Amino acid sequence: MSFIKAIVAAGLVAASASAFSLPARAADITGAGATFPFPVYSKWADAYKKETGNSVNYQSIGSGAGIKQILAKTVTFGATDAPLKADKLDKDGLLQWPMVMGAIVPVVNVEGVTPGELVLSGELLGDIYLGKVTRWDDPAIAKLNPKLKLPSAPIAVVHRSDGSGTSFNFTNYLSKVNAEWKSKVGEGTAVEWPAGVGAKGNEGVSGNVGQTKNSIGYVEYAYAKQNKLTYAALINKAGKIVQPTVASFQAAAGNADWAHAPGYYVILTDQPGEASWPITAATFILMHKEPIDKTASAEAIKFFKWSFEKGGKMAEDLDYIPMPDQVLKQIEKTWTSEIKS
Amino acid sequence: MAVHGSAMEAAGRYDRTRALNAFKFSDTAFYWTTRVSAILVLVLLGGIIVSLIVGAWPAIMEFGSAFLTTQRWAPSADPPVLGALSPLYGTILTSVIAMTIAIPVGIGIAIFLTELCPLWARRPIGMAVELLAGIPSIIYGMWGFFVLGPFLANTVQPFFIDLFAGVPILGSIFGGPPSYLSLFNASLILAIMVLPFITAISRDVFATVPPVLKEAAYGVGCTTWEVVRHVVLPYTRVGVIGGVMLALGRALGETMAVTFIIGNSFRISPSIFAPGTTISAAIASEFAESDGLHQSSLMLLGLLLFVLTFVVLAAARLMLLRLEKKAGK
Repeated sequence: MSFIKAIVAAGLVAASASAFSLPARAADITGAGATFPFPVYSKWADAYKKETGNSVNYQSIGSGAGIKQILAKTVTFGATDAPLKADKLDKDGLLQWPMVMGAIVPVVNVEGVTPGELVLSGELLGDIYLGKVTRWDDPAIAKLNPKLKLPSAPIAVVHRSDGSGTSFNFTNYLSKVNAEWKSKVGEGTAVEWPAGVGAKGNEGVSGNVGQTKNSIGYVEYAYAKQNKLTYAALINKAGKIVQPTVASFQAAAGNADWAHAPGYYVILTDQPGEASWPITAATFILMHKEPIDKTASAEAIKFFKWSFEKGGKMAEDLDYIPMPDQVLKQIEKTWTSEIKS
Repeated sequence: MAVHGSAMEAAGRYDRTRALNAFKFSDTAFYWTTRVSAILVLVLLGGIIVSLIVGAWPAIMEFGSAFLTTQRWAPSADPPVLGALSPLYGTILTSVIAMTIAIPVGIGIAIFLTELCPLWARRPIGMAVELLAGIPSIIYGMWGFFVLGPFLANTVQPFFIDLFAGVPILGSIFGGPPSYLSLFNASLILAIMVLPFITAISRDVFATVPPVLKEAAYGVGCTTWEVVRHVVLPYTRVGVIGGVMLALGRALGETMAVTFIIGNSFRISPSIFAPGTTISAAIASEFAESDGLHQSSLMLLGLLLFVLTFVVLAAARLMLLRLEKKAGK
């Protein structure tokens, strides 16, 4: 009994302490959208609150839902992994910029294969997801992996069942490197998957691949790392075998031409460069140019500015890639010129 | 009553009408409160139907009846092609398999509990069944994913696949490759989930059979089986069917557990070991990220599920009416 009492007492003390220690604060910032950057956004929000006392409430409800929420003006900012095209932005009076970058990696669960050992090409990955290459001992896989002994077993393909920005970037990559994929399936947050089973969320896919023998899936890199999944190496546009590392993600990000993209519409898949990881993705923030709540909007910009200035290290700790400095300068210019306060 | 009585006495007999009027008022008030509550249900139901139709209207206009016969589900195609055949098939198939397993087992447990079970074991078994109903569906989903799925894929499915290999029809129904996430896995979880509905209701109605009827039957030399078959079941038919319908309604609409283990694939495969999808799983997976025609189609799927449930319940009512007529009631 005394144990329960102690817990209750501790809870009360904590609650009252936090109630009294809150400084007089400005408007709460609310945001909603993509799940892909959720770990880093929540880490930033946490640190930001500790430093300034202002809280940022981010709900990871998915890119499509994030776009819907910002259009409905129910949140201060929306977040999406599938950027909007410039004409769409203009039509709705929205402003868009990239916030942070990350990478998507193919993960496999094949006995005896260690992380980074299996090599796949984009075209082969497309054929597996098309259901054309169905066995691990297929000659096409053996050709790329002459030293690996792969089992004579069917490939269990895992994809996302929910609409997702991760799927958008993955299918965008497959469309770029596999002609049949482009004509039959195409790209999108939710596509008509020709093979495999669907799992919900990055965590669903990583759980499924971890659980199922001889399976293959794709997840945001942090999920592969946290769940200690076996990732595959990929052959990039330059024809080189690359491992998913922060260096290879940064190489892809460095090749992106942010300066000349209207509305920062850049998709980072299949970037040129010998060291580039081919399925790199940026995640974007959406805000109204003429916000209803100008205080909240200004507060949100303060938070993003703070994240750009101080959040780089935190992002890297979670295996995201901060935006390059020259892009940051450009984004800050966009803020001052385009958002009315 | 006592209060009213003494009030009337104090007022004298000429105030009798007034006292009666006071009763009349409270009576009318009571009548209307209950009536409004009952009507509220109809209004709510109507509101849900209307909002579903409004939400689904663009999809109805776009696809028409082809929606029911199209197997493709391609929201990102240009223009989008969306059809309900695969989720409809999955919904009906998983429910049918689940009920095929759950009805005999559920009624069996109920019969055992009321007729055969030693007294000391009744309470623990009865409580276990009720606890089964209390487990949140997401727990069933997780259990299906981590425990049942691997067991089925590694042990049960290979056995069935070997057993029926080469047999026509059965061979393709139980065709491989085994998968953790499949229609069969989902059906089995559904069967376990609806079991308590059937058992608890059947047990309760079996308990209402007048002992004198059963004793009379035993008295003329009936076996336990004959008593159950010819006395208990006919006497409680309506209640048992009610329980089965409640269970079927749950099986048709169950979402979370099914989404976890059915594999969410929009392809129709002859094998029950292949992944599939159901209406509610499709909606749960895709609704948050959908817009435009895609969202409208998901609303239409919801409307279809509504209609499907309605048809099933109406059919059950009709069946009961027929049975009652036959019985000459």
